[in-house]
Amino acid sequence: MPDSVNLTVNGRSVSVPHGATVAVAVAIAGLPCRTSVTGEPRGPLCGMGICFECRVSINGKRHCRSCQTLCDQGMDVKTND
Amino acid sequence: MTDTHPFDVLVIGGGPAGIAAAVRAAECGSRTGIVDDNPNLGGQIWRSSTEQSPPTEAAEWYLRLQKAGVTALSGKRVFDQPAPGVLLAEGDEDLLELRYRKLILATGARERFLPFPGWTLPNVMGAGGLQAMVKSGLPIRGKRVVVAGTGPLLLAVASYLKDHGAEVSIICEQASYSRLALFAIALWNQPGKISQSLELKRALDGVAFAPGSWVTAAHGRAALESITISRAGKPQTIPCDYLACGFHLVPNIELAQLLGCQIRDGFVHVDDLQQTSIANVFCAGEPTGIGGIELSLAEGQIAGLAAADRDDEARKLFSARNKAQRFARALDRAFQLRPELKKLVAPETLVCRCEDVPYSRLQRHTSWRSAKLQTRCGMGPCQGRICGPATQFLFDWTPDSVRPPVFPVRVESMSPATRNFETLKP
Repeated sequence: MPDSVNLTVNGRSVSVPHGATVAVAVAIAGLPCRTSVTGEPRGPLCGMGICFECRVSINGKRHCRSCQTLCDQGMDVKTND
Repeated sequence: MTDTHPFDVLVIGGGPAGIAAAVRAAECGSRTGIVDDNPNLGGQIWRSSTEQSPPTEAAEWYLRLQKAGVTALSGKRVFDQPAPGVLLAEGDEDLLELRYRKLILATGARERFLPFPGWTLPNVMGAGGLQAMVKSGLPIRGKRVVVAGTGPLLLAVASYLKDHGAEVSIICEQASYSRLALFAIALWNQPGKISQSLELKRALDGVAFAPGSWVTAAHGRAALESITISRAGKPQTIPCDYLACGFHLVPNIELAQLLGCQIRDGFVHVDDLQQTSIANVFCAGEPTGIGGIELSLAEGQIAGLAAADRDDEARKLFSARNKAQRFARALDRAFQLRPELKKLVAPETLVCRCEDVPYSRLQRHTSWRSAKLQTRCGMGPCQGRICGPATQFLFDWTPDSVRPPVFPVRVESMSPATRNFETLKP
């Protein structure tokens, strides 16, 4: 099993440890996850799938909770989508 | 693709209570399944880490789970009960129909969040929330972190973060020194808890522990840059990269409410054998009262044995449960929220983060229902799980009845016309 997983966040390549969540990849990329209905940047709050603040698009599927999704090799993540 | 699973005992929630329940039921010969929303079992306390293997106690339970042949379904969210004895759960790609004879709810707890100016900034997280992120691979080494809020979790989180290289400068505990002293006295008959606290104290050498202090505001442009705290009645500004702020725990009782289980004082009411007011539905762990891991393990085992009709064996665990319940009661008294925390919100502070509803728009309402209907507070994807407990504290509002789906799901999962279940032979 490789030690790290490579994926893209908004087209930029990010490397995370094996078993890391997508929320972590977004944080390593230095990005918020989403923009709120009044335009505020938001990142993870609860870290355990309750608050939905960490929603991103994963491989084209919208509204995925990034804190509950493990990174996969080659995954395509988009914030603010 | 959809599957149908016939279980003698179905456990919802894969934390310590759920795992203990599933193990005991399966070891009695019941066909047992355990369902959890997270990608891995373990709940929050036994959440697996990208760096470390699970703690010994957890590893032993995992081994028993495997040996007993429990069917583990991770990454699945239960969202409806279309008929008694049947639950629907959704995964990322699939839809499951779960049939059971006995059901055990072990849905755990979440952190309580209280609004204050700046709490919606990125990098302001829950205390358990930041710990979960670090366990999931977030680099924390060299980052400046303040841990704040209330409850025993703060010390454990601060110790974990420090151990992983974070610069934790201070722990702001809103409870007063005198309340904490009473809590410590209440633990005297529990040597295990005392030695845990002493270990934590050693691990936290060099970190200021400030009872009677709390965060009054978080500041930053695109993300958190600093916070202001109230300490000994005086404001103090601290630059930081992360704020880990949680106000103890609130139980996840939404599924129990959906099934019609009786709720008393915000918790699922159970009898001696952990049975709820609904026949064949049991509940264990935090939803019956916030009490920590020992209580969860005791209640989980009792529920698992009772669900497998081994009441006599279940009764043998009553004394362990009673002892752990004393700790739970001491927790309640020590970490009660001080009224000053109701004054932190400014008129423009958002209370509902899903729908961006500010405090000023909620003030004119007299109930959760009225606020919900007229401001959309609690109508977003978290379904009021974050703002519900906050408005309960701020305004004494009680959330309404729960309706399906108890979790946001795909449209095709909602309609019987588009559901297509395949039967799985056991």
